[in-house]
Amino acid sequence: MSVRIGVLALQGDFAEHGAMLGRLDAEPVEVRQPSDLDGIAGLIIPGGESTTIGKLMERYALRGPIQALAEAGKPIWGTCAGLILMARDVGRCQPLLNLLDITVERNAFGRQTDSFETDLEIEGINGGPFHAVFIRAPIVRAVGPGVRVLSRLDDGTIVAVRHGRLFGTSFHPELTGDARLHASFVEMARHA
Amino acid sequence: MSSNGAVSKNTETVKRGLAQMLKGGVIMDVVTAEQASIAEDAGAAAVMALERVPADIRADGGVARMADPEKILEIQAAVTIPVMAKCRIGHFVEAEVLQSLGVDYIDESEVLTPADEEHHVAKSGFDVPFVCGCRNLGEALRRIGEGAAMVRTKGEAGTGDVVEAVRHMRRVMAELRQIQHMRPDELYAYAKEIQAPLNLVEEAAELGRMPVVNFAAGGIATPADAALMMRLGSDGNFVGSGIFKSGDPAQRARAIVEATTNFEDSALVAEVSRNLGEPMVGIANSSLQPEEMLAGRGW
Repeated sequence: MSVRIGVLALQGDFAEHGAMLGRLDAEPVEVRQPSDLDGIAGLIIPGGESTTIGKLMERYALRGPIQALAEAGKPIWGTCAGLILMARDVGRCQPLLNLLDITVERNAFGRQTDSFETDLEIEGINGGPFHAVFIRAPIVRAVGPGVRVLSRLDDGTIVAVRHGRLFGTSFHPELTGDARLHASFVEMARHA
Repeated sequence: MSSNGAVSKNTETVKRGLAQMLKGGVIMDVVTAEQASIAEDAGAAAVMALERVPADIRADGGVARMADPEKILEIQAAVTIPVMAKCRIGHFVEAEVLQSLGVDYIDESEVLTPADEEHHVAKSGFDVPFVCGCRNLGEALRRIGEGAAMVRTKGEAGTGDVVEAVRHMRRVMAELRQIQHMRPDELYAYAKEIQAPLNLVEEAAELGRMPVVNFAAGGIATPADAALMMRLGSDGNFVGSGIFKSGDPAQRARAIVEATTNFEDSALVAEVSRNLGEPMVGIANSSLQPEEMLAGRGW
């Protein structure tokens, strides 16, 4: 049975996430206001500009309902800007969801010309390395109790984390052809 | 849990990818760090640093060039969102200067006075990605062939009149719809007719869309203008003079951001359009002489 997965559609590459979900047994639902969250089994917060998405999230009173979704045990996954928005602390004042007990550093690699692609091993993802695209990417500087590190760069930098059914990745699986992370998220949402 | 892959920078995926992150957003022209902060606070997805906004370029006349590097550095220091900057068409040294400053995207722009009336910058050789203007599919695909990682329709900058932006977006979208129904032999002939690289015409036909992100630009002055361009198929909006030449830039900027996100919700567009104050004065495009049109620049 097809499962409804929300994609926060305030700004950013929500259509790319929707296309990935469409390849799986999942129905993407664009979320712009709280009522769009009704009946979804999980939520993806896409890449984009975290300040833009955060301000619009506040403007449309989406923060509380998204936090309630997490409390209800629904899986939530943030990619890049989405990871930033799920963090507790990003070292500056901007609207956040405070869902993951992590400290994030924005634009940690530098400017656009420092953006890159590489292959990663990710805990729980079998079948070989995962090709990861980092664009003006954030990194996780510190994790609190209960937050599990799923992937690091060679130098030890944390780029994927999990706490229960909450996930954050610094990179953009939606920009590659590899649907393994999306498939794993959809399966978790189906059984949540 | 260790990565084992080599790191590749400045790939097409990474260059085009930043534009994908800007989708659904508004990129605002700014000339000072203070304006950049206002834009960021209003929810801009990126800012475009330039010396003068297009309405002033139009009013002042003279040669319009790349912004002062000092201004660009100040703007970069003021915001965390991406900072773009404009270079003149064909001025590859201005482009190199902007790259050395670490701007996130370069707009090789018809709004500035062209430095070369035959050649555009060979953009593939740069590490930094480029966005370029287009009036039709052929022009867009020529720019992508040169290495542009994002395109925008040209419209007519500095007028506050959306008619040219609409004309260019309608043209591009209609041509994209047409090629999806062409046979291979028709695509060969069509590529020749629109003077575009065949491989890109075939790619666009296969995808059913532009191979890179395509924003609207040039004359967007109100929230309804912004929503109109999204309804016509734009991936996002550039707003130049429309914000900082209006009565209340911060409020208008927020309203245009909201209208771009909720472009299908006319009640919301109505709500954010209330009491916005004076829009930019505007110049009707029909009153412009052909030599006053900026969109004709680019080859």
